[in-house]
This record gives sequence, C-alpha cells and structure tokens, in this order.
Amino acid sequence: MIGLEHYLTVAAALFVIGIFGLFLNRKNVIILLMSIELMLLSVNVNLVAFSSFLGDMVGQVFTLFVLTVAAAEAAIGLAILVCFFRNRGTIAVEDVNVMKG
Amino acid sequence: MQADLSVILPEILISVYAMAALLGVAYTGKDRFAPLLVWITAAVFVLMAAWIGFSGDGTRTAFGGMFNDDGFARFAKVAVLLSAAAVLLMGQEYMAQRDMLRFEYPLLVALAAVGMMMMVSAGDLMALYMGLELQSLALYVVASLRRDSVKSTEAGLKYFVLGALSSGILLYGASLVYGYTGTTLFSGIIASAEGQAPIGLLIGLVFVLAGLAFKVSAVPFHMWTPDVYEGSPTPITAFFATAPKMAAMALFARVAHDAFGGVVGDWQQVIAVLSLLSMFLGGVAAIGQRDIKRLMAYSSIAHMGYALMGLAAGTVFGVQAMLVYMAIYVTMNVGTFAFILSMERDGRPVTDISSLNLYSRAHPGRALAMLILMFSLAGVPPLLGFFGKLYVLRAAYDGGLVWLAVAGVIASVIGAFYYLRIVYYMYFGEEGEPLEAGKSPVLWGFLMVSATIMVVGIVNMFGVESMAQAAAATLVN
Repeated sequence: MIGLEHYLTVAAALFVIGIFGLFLNRKNVIILLMSIELMLLSVNVNLVAFSSFLGDMVGQVFTLFVLTVAAAEAAIGLAILVCFFRNRGTIAVEDVNVMKG
Repeated sequence: MQADLSVILPEILISVYAMAALLGVAYTGKDRFAPLLVWITAAVFVLMAAWIGFSGDGTRTAFGGMFNDDGFARFAKVAVLLSAAAVLLMGQEYMAQRDMLRFEYPLLVALAAVGMMMMVSAGDLMALYMGLELQSLALYVVASLRRDSVKSTEAGLKYFVLGALSSGILLYGASLVYGYTGTTLFSGIIASAEGQAPIGLLIGLVFVLAGLAFKVSAVPFHMWTPDVYEGSPTPITAFFATAPKMAAMALFARVAHDAFGGVVGDWQQVIAVLSLLSMFLGGVAAIGQRDIKRLMAYSSIAHMGYALMGLAAGTVFGVQAMLVYMAIYVTMNVGTFAFILSMERDGRPVTDISSLNLYSRAHPGRALAMLILMFSLAGVPPLLGFFGKLYVLRAAYDGGLVWLAVAGVIASVIGAFYYLRIVYYMYFGEEGEPLEAGKSPVLWGFLMVSATIMVVGIVNMFGVESMAQAAAATLVN
C-alpha cells in the first residue's frame, strides 16, 4: 500500500536532486532551468499528496497556481538566457562570470 | 464579492493601468512615450499612496481572509509606492540620455509594485506566493533591461536563477506548513501552531524563512546581491535597493507574526542569527569594494541585518523599530542613489569610488549632502540614521537579545569605515581627474531633500514614529 510518506519521500528526493542540480552543475544554464522546474514539481507532488491525505481541495488549487507561475517563470528565464547568449555567445555556467561575486 | 473587490481596489487600478498602458503604447508610439509613461506611472503611484494613506484606519479582510488591509499593510504600501515613484523620476533622465528608456520599464515597475502590495497584504500562503512571484518576475526582467550589455543580462540571469531557487525553497516550506496544519490561511496556521508545534511544521517554517531571507538578501542567502546591483543599470539598482527591500521586510514580519506568532521562540533564534551574520558580513565585505554600486549592495546587506534585529525581538516594539528603520533606510538610499546617478565624466557614468577624489572642491553643496547621507548610513549621531539604529538596538535589548544588540554596535563601528572612506575621498583625497556632476535638477532635488530629511527629521521624524507604532500594533496582538 502506498501511503502519504512514500509520496513525501519521493518529493523530498526530487527536491534535493533539484538543489544539487543547481549547485553541482557546471555545464549548462538550461540544466539550471530544468533543476528549478524539478524543485517546483516536487512541491506539487507534496501539495497533491497532502491534499488527498487531508481530504482538502486547497492543496490542489495551490498546485494549479504553482504550475501557472512555473510556466511564466520558465518563459522569462529562457528569454533572459537568449539575451545573455546573444551578448556572450555561450551558455556554459562557468562563463557567467563577468562579475565576480 | 463587491466588498472584497473594494478592498483590493488600489491593486486592481494599478494593474489595469499597467496593462492598458502596455497595450496602448505598444500599438501607438512605443519608446517615444516612455518619458511620459514614467511621469504618469510616478503620478499614479503618488496618488495611490495618498489614497491608501488617507483612507482611514481599521482592518478589512477580503476573499475569506486571504487579503488583509490593515494599518501595517498600509504603512508598507505607502512606503513602497512613494519610493518607487521617487526612483522612477530619478532614473528617467539618466536612462533617456543613454538610450535605454524603454516603455516597458515604468510598466514593469508598476506590476512589481502591485506584487509588493500583494505581498505586504497577504493573509494566505497562496496570496503570498502570487505576490512574491509577480514582484520577482518583473524584477528579473528589469534587471536585464539593457539587452545589449553582457553585465546587465548576466545580472538578470543570476538574479533569475537564485530568485527561482529561493521561491522553490519557500514553496517547499509552504507545502510542509500546509500539510501539517491542513490550511494555507495565516489565521488557521497560527491557530494550529500554538505552543508546541509539530516538527514537520517547524521544518516548513525554516524553509519559508530561508526563502524570505533570500528576498531580503540576508546572509547566508545574499550571494546574488552584489552582482545584481553591479550589473543592473544604476536607476534599476536604486529601485532594487528601496521598494522591494521594504516590501520583503514587511512580508517577513507578516509571516513571522501573523502565521507563526504562536511559536515566536522558534523563529526568533533563526532571525537573530541571520541578522548577526548580515551585519558583520555586510560590514566586512564592503571594505574591499571599489565600485560604489557593489559597496551599496553590501551596505544594504548590513542594513537588512539591522532591520532583522528589530524583527528578532519578537515584540510589538520590535516591529515598530523595524518599520522606522526601513523607512529611514529607504529615504537615505533614495538620496544616495540620486548622488550615484549624477556621477559622470564626459557623459559616461562612473562608479569607481576613487573618482570622488576632492569632489568637494568642485561641488561643495553636493559633497556636503553626500557627507550627511554617508554619516547617516553609518549611524553617526545626531543624524536620522543613528536614531534608526538606536530603535532596533533598543528593541533587541528589550526583547532579551542583549548579545545581538552588542554585536550590532560592534558591526556598526566596522561598517562606519567604508562610509567614512567615501567622505575622506571627497574632502581630503588626492588630485585626480575631476568628476562632473550631472545637470539634472531632479537628481539634485532628491539628493538635497533626502539630506535635509536626515538633519531635520530628528525633531519628530515627520510623525513616522507614531505611524509605525500604530502599524505595528495592528500586526502583533
């Protein structure tokens, strides 16, 4: 029987993979965008699992909001990335280093 | 329904204005209308601020408690709108001269302002998230407004990636909070988190706080700040340093007290540590900076540390101190950025601090105003910045965080060094290539008004103190 804790474990694993993807990835900014998406999706798994467990619809409404915002966020991220690529000619993470911070 | 809509009427009006103007200008003149739009947007902001400020007191909620219109929200909204209007007007000439005044800029700022107003009024995790994202998405775009510049697009990219990470962390926390309390309403969360909170809820709380700390750029979540401040065009840096900071701090206070007011002891330690680290790192890391925009980034990190100190006290007076501190901070930053925007040589912007050498000889009035602002930022008595620091230190002391107050005093001494160095360069520096002071009367006006407020404001702070007191009382109960 698959219970709430299984869903939460999967979501936590996805979330951690997303965070590691952000920090360990040195190759490509697109992978950063994928990692961010993964984090948001893990939140959705969490919310839907809780919503079904609690018998409360609010969690699923929240999920719809998160999905919508994630789409807008990806669009803006890609747009900025295209501008960056036009100026710099590369999208390698190592090359995002004009300013040292 | 109608009652609900009347509560959020200011937000609706600004969004309708922004979208109508976007559509209208895109079809007619595009960037030709950009200067006009800047003025109209600033006028709309000031009008809305006046309306919100004078709309009387009392607390109204809308949409089943998802949206609060209380004294606290009104205080924050007025500060956000006025500072956004000031920054728009300041940047107009600078951007027009450098051919980067696009018509999207004032409209994106307007949409960001709507997001900030949503944030400070949020009474629900969903409203919080939507407001935060509306603000952030608009800010990512304005950071990379200068599409042909590597620095600006890189700033936008970094801001986007780290901002999205912080939103993800905040959301994960929100999902845990929802799971362990069964509701997303702040009023429901506070009811079920009274006294002994379950461990899952506390983990959720820590994630939410981490996400918010990113938005206020508190250490250890500050990495994006210096790069974004340096890379963005200066008027946009000025915007980042004022309105969004105010809104994010207000949101921080709202979440801490409205949603987690029952477990003050649990978040108090977290915020105290964030505050301590921010004050010290902001002070120490700024010493090595040569670029005044990077320096202001570290300065803002340190100032956020002080504002968080007020919040860490966990009392009504703490919230009041935080609001007073933020109001003073925003005023000082408007003046300082008016000065930075006027730093140029042969029409090109200069941001190196050594270019200020002997600035006082050529422009004694401006140098004096900047001296007052730098002293005020450093917290030298008897200027207004000193009283802001005094407030938060007293709040921390009253709240039982004596060690934090002592650390705050030490950090402010460290921080004074780099502010005083700018003053040193201006008055006693070496001979160097002189700097022109832009001819813009708008910048001159903002610089002088801000410096005057720092001196005259010590009489009664223009009543901000009592307003902050009333605002804090509506939040904490």
